[in-house]
Amino acid sequence: MAVARSKTIVSDFSLSPHIDQVGVEERASRFTKRSIKKESKLNGLLLTLNMIDLTTLEGKDTDGKVKQLCYKAMHPYDAIQGLPTVAAVCVYPSMVKVAKKALDGSGIKVASVATAFPSGQAPRDVKIRDTKYAVANGADEVDMVISRGKFHAGEYNFVFDEIASIKEACGEARLKVILETGELGTYDKVRRASDIAMHAGADFIKTSTGKIQPAATMPVTLVMLEAIREFYYKTGKMIGMKPAGGISKSKLALHYLVMLKETLGEDWMNNHWFRFGASSLANDVLMQIVKEKTGLYQAANYFSVD
Amino acid sequence: MEKSIKKSSLSVSPNGLEKKTSSKRLEVLKTYKIYIGGQFPRTESGRFYTPVNATGKKLANVCLSSRKDFRDAVVAARSAFGKWADRAAFNRGQILYRMAEMLEGRKAQFIDELMQQDATKAKAEKEVNLAIDRLIYYAGWCDKYQQLFSTVNPVATSHFNFSVPEPMGVVSIIAPQSDSLLGLVSVIAPVIAGGNTCVVLASETKPLCSVTFAEVLNSSDLPGAVVNILTGKPSELLPWFVDHMDVNATIYCENDSTNRKMLQEKSASNLKRIVFYDTINWYSEKGESPYHIMDTQEIKTTWHPIENIAGSGGGY
Repeated sequence: MAVARSKTIVSDFSLSPHIDQVGVEERASRFTKRSIKKESKLNGLLLTLNMIDLTTLEGKDTDGKVKQLCYKAMHPYDAIQGLPTVAAVCVYPSMVKVAKKALDGSGIKVASVATAFPSGQAPRDVKIRDTKYAVANGADEVDMVISRGKFHAGEYNFVFDEIASIKEACGEARLKVILETGELGTYDKVRRASDIAMHAGADFIKTSTGKIQPAATMPVTLVMLEAIREFYYKTGKMIGMKPAGGISKSKLALHYLVMLKETLGEDWMNNHWFRFGASSLANDVLMQIVKEKTGLYQAANYFSVD
Repeated sequence: MEKSIKKSSLSVSPNGLEKKTSSKRLEVLKTYKIYIGGQFPRTESGRFYTPVNATGKKLANVCLSSRKDFRDAVVAARSAFGKWADRAAFNRGQILYRMAEMLEGRKAQFIDELMQQDATKAKAEKEVNLAIDRLIYYAGWCDKYQQLFSTVNPVATSHFNFSVPEPMGVVSIIAPQSDSLLGLVSVIAPVIAGGNTCVVLASETKPLCSVTFAEVLNSSDLPGAVVNILTGKPSELLPWFVDHMDVNATIYCENDSTNRKMLQEKSASNLKRIVFYDTINWYSEKGESPYHIMDTQEIKTTWHPIENIAGSGGGY
């Protein structure tokens, strides 16, 4: 009976819990006040590096640029031995093949955005073909965008069905669902979209495309982490989280790790369940790692641009 | 009990309408904060110190900056560098002139602060006037030193070969301990005139003018973060000023052989340039010179392929 009742509740997404805006922002700001000491900080930085989805999503991307990025993914900073690699390289579907070949044997995943990224304004069959193309070219992970317009119009079933059909098209590939929280407007809607995505079969929920401001913020991420936690309590199924866009400093990344640890706990503290979508974060993390090891504050011009 | 409030100062007139109060007004004291990225934050460390003058009077509670304030200031200075160096040299001159204008307008305040810090009225006036003149002096040099120090070099190949001075980048400065205004202006002005940005540690014992000078900078047209001013102890911050890999040059103005040696050794980490100004009398003619601009410039030489340049058909 209990199971049946919980199913009834989740199928009506307009009943997703309301979010206390002041409370969430207050709570999120408190994660930034933790004191992280030297050794934990270094471990946190290494973990952050290992959680990064190194990203290039630009119209001007070329094969050469993607190869360069893949090299950086495998060799973040060769002056220090034994650094972890990043988790994945995130590219457009047309670049998946190049990235897959460049990363061959490294264990680094290839993530591809799909479904008419970043707007998502395309018919469903186009989105499915886009997804299948990426997967056929070797994408290990697919980052899809939801139809925000339909979501705002209250057509939650449309959004739900779309995610489910893309999940089906993904096959073995893990599906990350981008909510584009900057276009959703309120925490209530972020929570609702998270619930829809998770029930529809997302393996990850992701804040933003990085093309819209504001992108990932700590309160928005907290709302999503709490949605994941509740979903886990209800179904026993773990969902991953990927904040993306606007996280370019190590310090901020460490704040996110604190939030992750205190919201979801130890089990999520690895790159199977948590990712940072970022392009410039990697260099800042490397600079801080070198600072921790040498004691000298570092300069950006000693680190590779891509 | 002796310190208890005098009855008279609180007494009320017999009819209870006229309230008699003490004639002494409680002064509103200024909070001396540091200047980073065009903002006036308190130090990240939350610490302060209280310098006193010769008569033992407490000057103010001044921020005791930490290495993290320095780190933040360098990040700010680095982000401001590209745009500042890209400004037209003439425009940099205009801005330095504007700084002089603003300083002139607040002359009385600076004289007052210098007098609090043990200067006589005559000496304080002289120091402020000279500081203003020094800004004007470097304002004039902004678009002229390049012409004096650039060269066209004779080479044996068919190239047009020329060398021009370019700003080094971020300069960390430990300002002179004495001459707390004139010394400060004299070290900052040539550095920014040449298109660099800087982080300055003000005089430890006489910090008042430095913070007020930051307010002058803030109300001039100088973009935020071109000059960042910290207050605190050189003994604590000196290693960080020279250790930082994102600092291109360090200026030191004291004659302390231990520190000089330490600066020279530590500068090896990224081959930063070390400039010593310990023998300069800032009141003398040597206190201002286009060569001080050149102290934080690098010479860039360009080889431009060309067939003939000179009218005669030969090269230079």
